[in-house]
Amino acid sequence: MILWDWIPRNLGTIGQQLLQHLQLSLIPVVVALVVSVPLGWLANRSPALRAVLVPAAGLLYTIPSIVLFVMLPGVLGTRIDSPLNIQIALTVYTVALLVRSVADALAAVPSMVVAAATAMGFRPGRRFVSVELPLAVPVLIAGLRVATVSNISLVSVGALIGVGGLGALLTQGFQEFFPTKIIIGVVLIVVLALLADALLLLLGRYITPWVRAGAGARSKA
Amino acid sequence: MIEFRGVTKRFPDGTVAVDNLDLKVDAGKITVFVGPSGCGKTTSLRMINRMIEPSDGQILVNGNDIMQSDAADLRRGIGYVIQHAGLFPHRTIVDNIATVPLLLGWNKIKARKRATELMEIVGLAPEMAQRYPSQLSGGQQQRVGVARALAADPPVLLMDEPFSAVDPVVRESLQDELLRLQSELGKTIVFVTHDIDEAVKLGDKVAVLRVGGKLAQYDEPGVLLARPVDDFVDNFVGRDRGYRGLGFLSSDEIPLGELKTVTIGEAAPAGEEWVLVVDGERRPQGWLGAEQREGLETVSADRLVPGGSLYEIGSGSLRSALDAALSSPSGQGVAVDAQGAVAGAISADDVLRALDATRRDEQPS
Repeated sequence: MILWDWIPRNLGTIGQQLLQHLQLSLIPVVVALVVSVPLGWLANRSPALRAVLVPAAGLLYTIPSIVLFVMLPGVLGTRIDSPLNIQIALTVYTVALLVRSVADALAAVPSMVVAAATAMGFRPGRRFVSVELPLAVPVLIAGLRVATVSNISLVSVGALIGVGGLGALLTQGFQEFFPTKIIIGVVLIVVLALLADALLLLLGRYITPWVRAGAGARSKA
Repeated sequence: MIEFRGVTKRFPDGTVAVDNLDLKVDAGKITVFVGPSGCGKTTSLRMINRMIEPSDGQILVNGNDIMQSDAADLRRGIGYVIQHAGLFPHRTIVDNIATVPLLLGWNKIKARKRATELMEIVGLAPEMAQRYPSQLSGGQQQRVGVARALAADPPVLLMDEPFSAVDPVVRESLQDELLRLQSELGKTIVFVTHDIDEAVKLGDKVAVLRVGGKLAQYDEPGVLLARPVDDFVDNFVGRDRGYRGLGFLSSDEIPLGELKTVTIGEAAPAGEEWVLVVDGERRPQGWLGAEQREGLETVSADRLVPGGSLYEIGSGSLRSALDAALSSPSGQGVAVDAQGAVAGAISADDVLRALDATRRDEQPS
């Protein structure tokens, strides 16, 4: 079923597709994080804004990806095969997922700790950066993991319009009745998703040492 | 010094938490706000550092209207300790304590050095510096909370039910520790509690507030116990206030009586009455009654009836003197000097006579 010797002969192409896949899926995660933090902050500050922002984000997520991929060139004036279409579409999806995560993550910061920070003399900006945001990291990382894995799988759909990273292996495999490409494509996408997920998990642990410290033994007074 | 001038706090839903409060908090003293829930004690406290802003009236800290200064700057100059300590879970103990110095722009090395000093002052072992708050017990966290509030050496300290979440034994040691610290630091402390015993123990002055945010009585704790202004304060101060009030009356006037003693190793004394047994340095060891003396030739440590509480002359109150008398098996309280050696006997009658004398002195003429 698999033509094993096809793989070494095409390593160069597979590598390029892998790289493109990473670019297409991860750049939107970074951009979306930068956009979502202020939006989530707004949503967390005002219940009225939250009532608008969170459902709106949910609604965005229900648009089928292929529709967005095809529509964007018309809206943005980009070329139909530009990677920007995919990246912008995926940024929209990721924002849709993350706004809610950021709002929830900020809401989960104990209000007493925030009040204590205010009483110590933190001004709102510095308090956000050095108290609220770090304490929101555990919930935020959970949202980021979902968004990243979802992006890695969504990129493949882009292959239908010609920019899809490893997704190209899937479309070609079907057109050419060549299962090797399909299997290699699927395996690499899954491995990529699992790796990205694991890396984020580790990153989250690394930057929140206090979470694990708390699970350890408590000393008595 | 902190002064409330006609301060009222009305919340948007119409409830009045604090109603026209006039009160002066003395500099360098502990002032306790106490009262049932809904009396506005916490609201009053939080208005001092503008965590809540008054609807009416003025609050002056060292003569300056707090509304004239920048809120964050004001707060950096006022230490704040809250229930459950409110520590930053993501920062180590040393960094928690260094919070305000860092906000004030100290460099990291100086701030950490100051934090390490404070850990020692509040009795935290140095190896805790790099731990996170969740790795500490409630009592230890509370000590960190106090250290954090003291870090930038603010003249004013606000304490919002700081010890209410720890168990009674730890609470008592934290209270003692606070009194010890205060005797060294002399801060202006405003302390909120719902526990009248805590208020009376810690306060140089106690403000009792009633539901609706009205000041019911503002007095020294001894006066509060002896002369509550109305039924509300009387009820709030609670049972045994007569006995507890003795804790605020000095026992210096009490005459000491003779106390019959025998040293361990000496021949057992004849007779029926109770004899106090002491060691070579005249420190009390226990009592010998008629029963224990039967067939006894020399006094040894193993046949003694345990003694009651001891009354240390010079540092005692009428309460500790009376307790020494009441808890002694012979009815004679044992008075000891600062070295712990027996100084004489106290009877309950002497205490009551001293109390009478105090009352006569305080009669308005």
